[in-house]
Amino acid sequence: MPSPTDLNIDHVAHLARIALTPEEKTQFAAQLGDVLAYIEQLKTVDIAGIEPTAHAFPIYNVWADDVARPGLPVEAALRNAPAQRDNMIVVPKVVE
Amino acid sequence: MPELFHQPVAALADQLAAKKLSAVELMQAVIARTEAVESRVKAFNSFDAADALARARASDERRAAGQSRGPLDGIPVGLKDVISVAGQPLTASSKMLANFVSPYDATVTRKLKEAGAVCWGRLNLDEFAMGSSTENSAFKTTSNPWDLARVPGGSSGGSAAALAAGEACATLGSDTGGSIRQPAAFCNVVGMKPSYGLVSRYGLIAYASSLDQIGPFGRTVEDAAIVLGAIAGHDPLDSTSFKTEIPDYRAELSKRRGPWKLGVPKEYFGAGLDPEVGAAVQAAIDYYRKLGCEIKEVSLPHTQYAIATYYIIATAECSSNLARFDGIRYGHRSAKANDAIDIYFHSRAEGFGAEVKRRIILGTYVLSSGYYDAYYLRAQKVRTLIRQDFLNAYREVDAILTPTSPVPAFKIGEKSDPLAMYLLDIYTIGVNLAGLPGASIPCGFTRGGLPIGLQIIGRPFQEADLLAIAHAYEQGHAWHTQHPKL
Repeated sequence: MPSPTDLNIDHVAHLARIALTPEEKTQFAAQLGDVLAYIEQLKTVDIAGIEPTAHAFPIYNVWADDVARPGLPVEAALRNAPAQRDNMIVVPKVVE
Repeated sequence: MPELFHQPVAALADQLAAKKLSAVELMQAVIARTEAVESRVKAFNSFDAADALARARASDERRAAGQSRGPLDGIPVGLKDVISVAGQPLTASSKMLANFVSPYDATVTRKLKEAGAVCWGRLNLDEFAMGSSTENSAFKTTSNPWDLARVPGGSSGGSAAALAAGEACATLGSDTGGSIRQPAAFCNVVGMKPSYGLVSRYGLIAYASSLDQIGPFGRTVEDAAIVLGAIAGHDPLDSTSFKTEIPDYRAELSKRRGPWKLGVPKEYFGAGLDPEVGAAVQAAIDYYRKLGCEIKEVSLPHTQYAIATYYIIATAECSSNLARFDGIRYGHRSAKANDAIDIYFHSRAEGFGAEVKRRIILGTYVLSSGYYDAYYLRAQKVRTLIRQDFLNAYREVDAILTPTSPVPAFKIGEKSDPLAMYLLDIYTIGVNLAGLPGASIPCGFTRGGLPIGLQIIGRPFQEADLLAIAHAYEQGHAWHTQHPKL
């Protein structure tokens, strides 16, 4: 297991797409350092030959019939959009 | 008889059926009570009295026409503000969703409505259900009705506090690491987390999808059984919903009489357990022995790794689930952003509170390139061991008895360190990792008058046994009939 000091807060905040203030960076790095130091104890568990559990009651696959069903009306689907026009969500230009 | 707003659903249902009480009268009593105490308890993010009264009126009309839908018809049931109710706000107690209105009903909401219940209010929680005290809400800190300077527990603190204060007759919460059971223990009500897959998660805002379950809060085990019966069952809209027969939980309470073999895990009674909590739980164990149950010491040797395992798996899943809050399609959009990528960074910075940011960052880290095997994969393997511990114990016993929380309700502001708060979840978290059903029932008070909860952990999908075991204790005690003075 890597060392808790490996946490590069700038890199991880970038991956998470969250703009952190300098104060948040300092505070979170310290607090998460404590949490990661606590998590270190998992290193001591013997996991040789143990299968991972993704969730507790494995349902391997679930199939749904491929049929059209009524969905949300456009108006309802767009009701919570921060900005909309002509039944579309408005965003800043993404291509020049 | 206690006031209407302190009576169990089962008693109210009898009065409604006998036409000694109307649903409108009941709703009016609950609204009046809410208006009287809510400024002190602060359990609700919002409520819609006009909508609730209209639904109560419809319930009375059904009953008058001989078309009552059963014991929940006309009963005000409060919902944690992560469960969708069409046309009502859905905030997750986050600035990110401050103005969001649900476009559809969650499956549990649909089922409650089909049972005639009046969906009442949006109940406060730790933002996106991340926390153990309801202090992480972006809007307000709910108070514990038993001591307003203390927390109600969390994350479903509003659901527990509203019920204890008489502001609803039953409520729903969600439980990812103890978020129903711990607030139930802190507020002297019954709270139950069903087996993973028993209740549909469709329409529940996701925190950690492999751990989240919706479950009921009730004044009595019977009330929890009534509500669970209404919301349980397979749902094609949730791919992890389990196909299993749903028994009549309420009817089974008196049919299943034991005596049961009950396990007491030695790892749950060590350092960190408050002596008054320990003594109350020990007295409950002794009571079961008196009922003729065999009490057996069992071992859950990987208990000490549960919190570390949880905070890897839950944060990993949350970092993925909360990626959807990007300021584009719904939720908060920053006015600061200049381009599309900037919208993500600033909307998430402004929309999320500190604990949510911390968990997203931790989860992103444990999933990031080079760290996945060391953290996430290892945690999933330890999860297997934790689950095997429980299944091994169930070869010898029918259920497991433990404290719900190592301590009673703590003071608002007392736990400022995130890790110290995480460690309080030690007795509840293993149940989620193993996918088991667990309930907390009132089992006493501290000398200072704070409620104490007994946790009963059942076999997978054996909720009927779990509830019957809880009911057997409740029948011999009156803790649950005590109400806070507000």
